[in-house]
Amino acid sequence: MSVSEVVSKSVRTRQQRRRVPRWVTIVAIVIVVWLIGWRLFNNVLNLPLQTAQSTPFHLWLNDVNAWVGANRDSSPLFVYFFDTIRDVVGWTSTVFSHLLVQTDIGLQLPQIGWLGVVVLVTWLAWFLGNYKVAILTAIGFLMLGLLGLWTASMATLALTFAAVFFSLLIGIPVGIAAGLSRRVERVITPVLDFMQILPSFVYLAPLALLFSIGPASAVIATVIYAGPPVTRLTAHGIRTVPATIAEAADSLGIGRVQRVWTVLLPLARRSIVIGINQTVMAALAMVTIAALIAAPGLGQPVLQGLQSLNVGIAFVAGFAIVIMAIVLDRVTTAAGTRAEITARDTNPGHKRARRIGLIAGLVLTVIAVYLSRTVLWAAQFPTEVNFGGALSDAVNAFSNWVQQTFSFITIGLNHGFTVWILNPFQAMLTQSPFILVVLVILAIALLFGGVKAAAISAACLAVIIAVGLWEDSMVTLASTLIATIATMILGVVVGVAMGRSARIDRLIRPGLDAAQTMPSFVYLVPFLGLFGASRFTAIVAAVIYAAPVAIKIIADGVVSVSKETVEAAESSGTTPWQTIIKVQLPMSKSSLMLATNQGLIYVLAMVVIGGLVGAGALGYDVVAGFVQLSLFGKGLAAGIAIVMLGIMLDRITQAAGSRTARVPGSTTTPRSRKHDQRTKEGTHHDTDKYESAPVTG
Amino acid sequence: MTLTSTSRRRLLGSAAVLTATLLAITGCSSSLNTGSDSTAAASKCGNVNLAMSDWVGYTADAAVYTYVAQTRLKCTVKQLPLAEQVGWQGLGDGTVDAIIENWGHDDLAKKYITEQKVAVDAGLTGNIGKIGWFVPPWLAKAHPDILDASNLNKYATNFKTPESGGLGQFLDGDPSFVTNDAALVTNLKLNYKVVYAGSEAALIQAFRTAEANKTWMIGYFYTPNWFLSEVALKSVKLPPYTDGCDAVAAAVACDYPTDKLNKIMSVKFEKANKPAADLLKNFHWTNDDQNEVAKDITANKMTPAAAAKKWVDANKSKVDAWLK
Repeated sequence: MSVSEVVSKSVRTRQQRRRVPRWVTIVAIVIVVWLIGWRLFNNVLNLPLQTAQSTPFHLWLNDVNAWVGANRDSSPLFVYFFDTIRDVVGWTSTVFSHLLVQTDIGLQLPQIGWLGVVVLVTWLAWFLGNYKVAILTAIGFLMLGLLGLWTASMATLALTFAAVFFSLLIGIPVGIAAGLSRRVERVITPVLDFMQILPSFVYLAPLALLFSIGPASAVIATVIYAGPPVTRLTAHGIRTVPATIAEAADSLGIGRVQRVWTVLLPLARRSIVIGINQTVMAALAMVTIAALIAAPGLGQPVLQGLQSLNVGIAFVAGFAIVIMAIVLDRVTTAAGTRAEITARDTNPGHKRARRIGLIAGLVLTVIAVYLSRTVLWAAQFPTEVNFGGALSDAVNAFSNWVQQTFSFITIGLNHGFTVWILNPFQAMLTQSPFILVVLVILAIALLFGGVKAAAISAACLAVIIAVGLWEDSMVTLASTLIATIATMILGVVVGVAMGRSARIDRLIRPGLDAAQTMPSFVYLVPFLGLFGASRFTAIVAAVIYAAPVAIKIIADGVVSVSKETVEAAESSGTTPWQTIIKVQLPMSKSSLMLATNQGLIYVLAMVVIGGLVGAGALGYDVVAGFVQLSLFGKGLAAGIAIVMLGIMLDRITQAAGSRTARVPGSTTTPRSRKHDQRTKEGTHHDTDKYESAPVTG
Repeated sequence: MTLTSTSRRRLLGSAAVLTATLLAITGCSSSLNTGSDSTAAASKCGNVNLAMSDWVGYTADAAVYTYVAQTRLKCTVKQLPLAEQVGWQGLGDGTVDAIIENWGHDDLAKKYITEQKVAVDAGLTGNIGKIGWFVPPWLAKAHPDILDASNLNKYATNFKTPESGGLGQFLDGDPSFVTNDAALVTNLKLNYKVVYAGSEAALIQAFRTAEANKTWMIGYFYTPNWFLSEVALKSVKLPPYTDGCDAVAAAVACDYPTDKLNKIMSVKFEKANKPAADLLKNFHWTNDDQNEVAKDITANKMTPAAAAKKWVDANKSKVDAWLK
């Protein structure tokens, strides 16, 4: 049987009786109408706006900026509200930075020098987790010093801790409230969705406006980004406490507060710890991006590498970030499973041995901390042992070699892709009359997402037109959609391979985990070297950034197709290829939709950051608005447009996802099971968003 | 309920440990910091928060200032990598003390120096800056009339790239650099599109490749810049600059002004840290000096600090004059 026969047969089995499914016909008609309209009304009503032009709305935002600058010291709104928040957050981050990075007095050594920090965190890892993660922690932190990045790493760590502190301070109580009351949850969920759709890059400028640049703004930006996971998972944990236990507690006649404190929280502990894990990881990723608003730490060398085309510097800093991410991830994950392990271990000897070991470790820690405060070698990481420079040189040599050797391929690839795929598609979006494009988008939203999704899309598009950035939005949309398609192709190929073979899964998954811990703009540097500053660079970086999430979701979807079905198909003599096309992919349709949804959000975030490397459009507007006073308003408007694009794409794909989930025959994985699966891997980015995406019908 | 009591015991345990750790930290004050406090107290110079823009000329100025301030005045200089305008904003809210190479920015000077009175001019650096449009030397030689902007439309198709949407490509650097190029292209009715390379380094790389492969390229560049001694880019004539012709950003149709580059510092810094502020005011050198240091940093791959040390050692008399 040929491939086309297989495909058509599979379509037939899915749609029953209909040869060509209705949606294919409709999409084809829409595209034909669009093409005709584009040719007939080329460059008519396509709302262009020159790079240097601003609309009255943008100029009005400029005036707002000027007002804030002029009244920052006198307006009560700033003096009593924003400045107070800034002071409290700033003070807290200073405490952490004095502890780990530097103080203001004397030699400006931190309160705890490197030796003290290494021993202390190792001991904490053992105390909270187990000896394995303690060893990992010790090696990891020593590596940070050996890379020559001790101080920068500690600055990043201090900011991360400060941000996590505030995220938990706000997130856990809000999460408890949302877990107890459906009404609170209904109010809070769209807010959390919004916080997570927002590409982090976008809110740096408004925050710098309100709280000015520096660590305080960086911490606040990070809390916005990292707060949602712990909030969601706290609510989830509280909600999933079995009703019988809660009722049993009620029958004992304990009060409301006591019930939360003694029954619900301990039982929700595991879920909350997963939330903390994800919050820590998200905070680490965001703290790096905050280098753009002068946040100290490892983001600085990454940014510097981007600006001086120095792949080596950026790589070494990125490597340090990954090390820190792995350590933090494993320690928080181990802390999450610790309670269950100790509960299962009934051997009292083990417990006593551990307790004695921990006490001995504590003594050692106190000694190390004391040393790191009294002798110089233990306070300042020795600069003589440093292989960061050598590593950076080696990476640069390698990247130069790759660039020179493969430049004919990379340049050809870039040009070919841009001329034959990207430019025509972008032209369709930017040169057609805007009304036509709006109608096309609404038709697709209606078809896949339904009336509600179409209504939201209409509202989003209206805002985009109102803020005056239609053309730039369409350029960004073109790159985003193409990158998402590429992501999904990659996701399906690798995801199916992983889903079908446990061995391939084991081989690839650690790589995906590591890739996800890399902060987004680390990805830009190598591709900038390979492809130069262009939209293509941003698209490639976006695909690489978004692929791990899509791959994992699809792999999990393929795995969850019931074994009996697959075996039945195989015993009836289908080839592996047929099994994939006819059984495994159709049955993991809801996973595919979820992967598309997540892929889109990740791709959009990255395409926007691509503004830093010549990708132009909305991303460039945001960057330019951030650095040029006269374009401030336009940049802020671009931020709004990005958010609108994000909400629109999210709603359409989510609605499409929940529709497929209702189709009989498609797999619906119980949320809790999926949840456990995630937990074991200790991944971060995706689980929180699983919660927002209605997987089950 | 065993679970509850275990978790509570663990909670108490953690609390005890944390308290113990904190006691260990705060109980005895670090002897290292306090012990050396005397040396810090001896010099009157404190912290300097220096904004760091990302073109190499700026890095050169900042490296030399930092080296002299640290070695001769024992100041603590913190370099904060910031885009130009963000640096100005920092002067306003106290996060930045000084900007060491400022290119014009009349709008910002008006806002922060004249209106808000949070910053002051700290004098000229001695460098004369000029932004302009440039082509690689081979192109100027092959088509001499290209050196006048009024002839650019004739060649627009030669500058076409996949990124420029059917128009000629005009390459800009970092989005944060002072540029009127997008407005100039529109207002001079040129069939070009401004495309951003993203950084100074990317721009230099593009010019280098264009000269080596004899490809068509036109872009934004500026003097002083060490790169001009490697590839002698030729400037393209724009309609002459007259006072105020660049007042409205979107309506500019004239050449860039010749900027006498200067230094800016916050009012607070001038009062609070006199030695460092005086050094900033006295800092003065030539385009050749800057190019020498910049070239060591880029082409010779020295660290900024090492390049600064080399220049300071070779120019003792100049440095002594700054510290008079």
